[in-house]
Amino acid sequence: MGKKSKVIEKEEVVIRFSGDSGDGMQLAGTLFSDTAALYGNDLSTFPDYPAEIRAPQGTVGGVSGFQVHLGRSEIYTPGDFADVLVAMNPAAIKANAKWTKEGGTIIYDQDNFTEKNIRKAGYDTDPIKEENLKNYNVIAAPVSSMVKEALKDYGLDPRSVLRTKNMFALGMVYWLFDRRLDYTEKFIDRKFQKKPQIAEANKIALRAGYYYAETIEALTPVYKISPAKIAKGTYRNICGNTATAWGLIAAAEKAGLRLFIGSYPITPATGILEELAARKDLGVKSFQAEDEIAGICTALGASFAGNLAVTSTSGPGLALKSEAIGLAVMAELPIVIVNVQRGGPSTGLPTKTEQADLMQALYGRSGESPVVVIAASTPSDCFKYSFEAARIAVEHMTPVLLLTDSFLANGSEPWQVPEMKDLPAINPPYAGKSELPFLPYERDKVKFSRFWAVPGTPGLEHRIGGLEKTIRGTVSYIPENHERMVKLRARKVEKVIEKVPDLKVYGNNSGELLVVGWGGSYGYLATAVRELQSEGYNVSFVNFNYINPLPKNTGDVFRRFRKIAVCELNMGQFSDYLRIKHQQFSYEQINKVQGLPFTVSEIKEKCAKILEGK
Amino acid sequence: MAGIKVDKYSPKDFKSDQEVRWCPGCGNHAVLNAVQKALSELGIPRENFTFISGIGCSSRFPYYMNTYGFHGIHGRASVIATGVKTANPALSVWQITGDGDALAIGGNHFIHAIRRNIDINIILFNNEIYGLTKGQYSPTSEKGLVTKTSPFGTVEEPFSVGELVIGAKGRFFARTIDANVTLSTQIYIEAAKHKGTSVIEVLQNCIIYNDGIHDFITDKEVRDDRTVILRHGEPMIFGKNGNKGLILDGLKLRIITLGENGFSEKDLLIHDASEPNPGIHYMLANMRYPDYPVALGVIRAVPGPTYETALENQIIEIQKNATVKCMDDLLKSGSVWHVD
Repeated sequence: MGKKSKVIEKEEVVIRFSGDSGDGMQLAGTLFSDTAALYGNDLSTFPDYPAEIRAPQGTVGGVSGFQVHLGRSEIYTPGDFADVLVAMNPAAIKANAKWTKEGGTIIYDQDNFTEKNIRKAGYDTDPIKEENLKNYNVIAAPVSSMVKEALKDYGLDPRSVLRTKNMFALGMVYWLFDRRLDYTEKFIDRKFQKKPQIAEANKIALRAGYYYAETIEALTPVYKISPAKIAKGTYRNICGNTATAWGLIAAAEKAGLRLFIGSYPITPATGILEELAARKDLGVKSFQAEDEIAGICTALGASFAGNLAVTSTSGPGLALKSEAIGLAVMAELPIVIVNVQRGGPSTGLPTKTEQADLMQALYGRSGESPVVVIAASTPSDCFKYSFEAARIAVEHMTPVLLLTDSFLANGSEPWQVPEMKDLPAINPPYAGKSELPFLPYERDKVKFSRFWAVPGTPGLEHRIGGLEKTIRGTVSYIPENHERMVKLRARKVEKVIEKVPDLKVYGNNSGELLVVGWGGSYGYLATAVRELQSEGYNVSFVNFNYINPLPKNTGDVFRRFRKIAVCELNMGQFSDYLRIKHQQFSYEQINKVQGLPFTVSEIKEKCAKILEGK
Repeated sequence: MAGIKVDKYSPKDFKSDQEVRWCPGCGNHAVLNAVQKALSELGIPRENFTFISGIGCSSRFPYYMNTYGFHGIHGRASVIATGVKTANPALSVWQITGDGDALAIGGNHFIHAIRRNIDINIILFNNEIYGLTKGQYSPTSEKGLVTKTSPFGTVEEPFSVGELVIGAKGRFFARTIDANVTLSTQIYIEAAKHKGTSVIEVLQNCIIYNDGIHDFITDKEVRDDRTVILRHGEPMIFGKNGNKGLILDGLKLRIITLGENGFSEKDLLIHDASEPNPGIHYMLANMRYPDYPVALGVIRAVPGPTYETALENQIIEIQKNATVKCMDDLLKSGSVWHVD
């Protein structure tokens, strides 16, 4: 490997791979992330892609990006601004120039900067000049012609040759970060096992890019990011959807239950169904339903029959499931509903992130129908919270709504894998035969939950359903009975609080400003608050994972701060909810609804203003 | 149930302690009796029976059965039943539904359950009207029917249940009349024994909102001439005097009289419910009075692979060669690295 002229040690760096949606940028980004993780960096990734599978070539709308943030200390977000931008066409410059740090490095495929492509991207002349990028380290690399040259003797058709451009670009980035190629080469061999010629071509392009970067020596400075200091253990990279799926399988194994998922494909939740469909080795029964309603109703049937039942969806799909969630509330059956939030309402922004389904999750049903609502906050803790959703659902015989979002679902980070023996036990509350006759709505004296009598068990035959019932399961229109049952169902959900952990305050336990977040914006808020603290601001941070019920110490924590700022990717749904639940406090709001995560800098700026009383 | 031998059930073992609340004279009472009778003869432990329903008059059915039961939401019984059966294939799963529940709000689930051939038994109470909401037309109401929501008569074509079932790749379709408990009981037993989705259309009388809608074929005076009871392996004979029959004339079914124009029993069609080609079954299911007698009995019963078994087999097959045997294996599979 070559000698590097200038080497810069950095704490952290952000790289963005960007090109047409067919340019293979997601793959290049993923391979780079895996390599960085294996090297020992902490990292966080964020794929950002259009909803169209092949959006019009060369247009800004068709740009597909993959951002990765790596560092030698803990990394909570994929980063606001890129240090290195890889742009495969002019549209990628158009979409990303403003997200690239001044002084950063921009590598672009100059062969793709034809007059036609420049126009398509909305430029008149030279994008680099028009964007005024003179303070950047701009590298024009003839990527297309280089791969053509490198592969001219391999007899590949021109299309296949150009498909290796992403590997050439990746090779350049590997040189820039002094990374080894072996992981990527092994991946290529695996992926193209049956097409050795294509595998060879990709490896040649990868090495060609690496050596090209070395030869031109224009790619300076070279970045050096030492491995992060992380705890001992076994690690893997995991994205939120896979972590969600795995948490559910782990919960089923812990509870001694078969896992059933009834679901219908919907962006960005589909990955959960796909992962569970692939897990037949662990006995998962996956059912691709004819629609969202069938997804949840098959799951409810499976729950009635004694499985750990799950359905997964995103906003519009959750709306379709509302009536069946109401049935689950009434029948008091365990079920986990995973809602991977995206930009809404309606079809909205299917591939973009938002936190605007909170009210729907809490209240979007007919009648008095409380459910437990919890939210995951990082890609890897989707595992923890889907496990927890399943535990609560089963032990308390209630529907549990787990909120994740597009950012968590597709984002990935290294994760220290747990051992099953360290996860909490899950004890299904099976009906015993000692108290015959079985009364379907008789309740546990502590948890107020009913007992699970599974079909096939002699002597426990019973009927449940959506009509209001007495304790015996008899349909009842008696006014007092209905009110009693409504209250009992609400009490049951409230009782979940017994095992809800207290809120953890990041920073001082009292002070000027408490930044409040929930779910997936955790990383940005934590980073912003950490930076504000190091700059001397009197600010602390709490992040909510339990929404209903809220942690017991919520009011206690809030009381100790002069100001509270609730930050969320919607118009203020959680702050409104807190105004209902904890009316004694006043809440400032930091909101954003652009289909994008917060940036650390905007949070810092707004917090500073609140602190200054503006 | 403890202590009762599986083969010693009587119909009353399947009666729950709930008071039956259908209107006096409603056809549903007879269906309930026939189902309870059929179940007592099946030799299946009572705890393995699960009744699932949607919404409508008939959907109260599970409350009256001393079995496991789940009264669901409108139109969704097929999918709840599918979930139950997929989760536990050992159960005998019955769906109780009506023409509105199954064919209007639940139409999508109905055809997909049939397409998958999940082993559930669907009893579809067809009274061609909405009863529980007090008299609006349904997807099976005859064109022109005057109801509360069609005061000038409907202007839409009705579904034929059999046609829909066969169109959705259905393998079992039977038709019976609510009051004919003997025929119904036989059909329920056959449906239970058939592996795959069984659809039984019950021509059911709503005494309040659509009274007498099936009288033209169910009245004692006329029923033998206007219906034909199909039995597998037997010639298609009907009529008060047992002298009418069905033959295939070119591409159409034709009624003939035995002993006239030289026709004898050997010319008649022999019913073959197990024929995979749905051509004749389709014609039989669609026979309408006055052109033809209405077909009753098991019209189609073709064995085939069921969804829940195929899924179980796939899992067993994959598990044989799997390297991931438990969650700990999965957690440590693929690209992992160790920090010491």
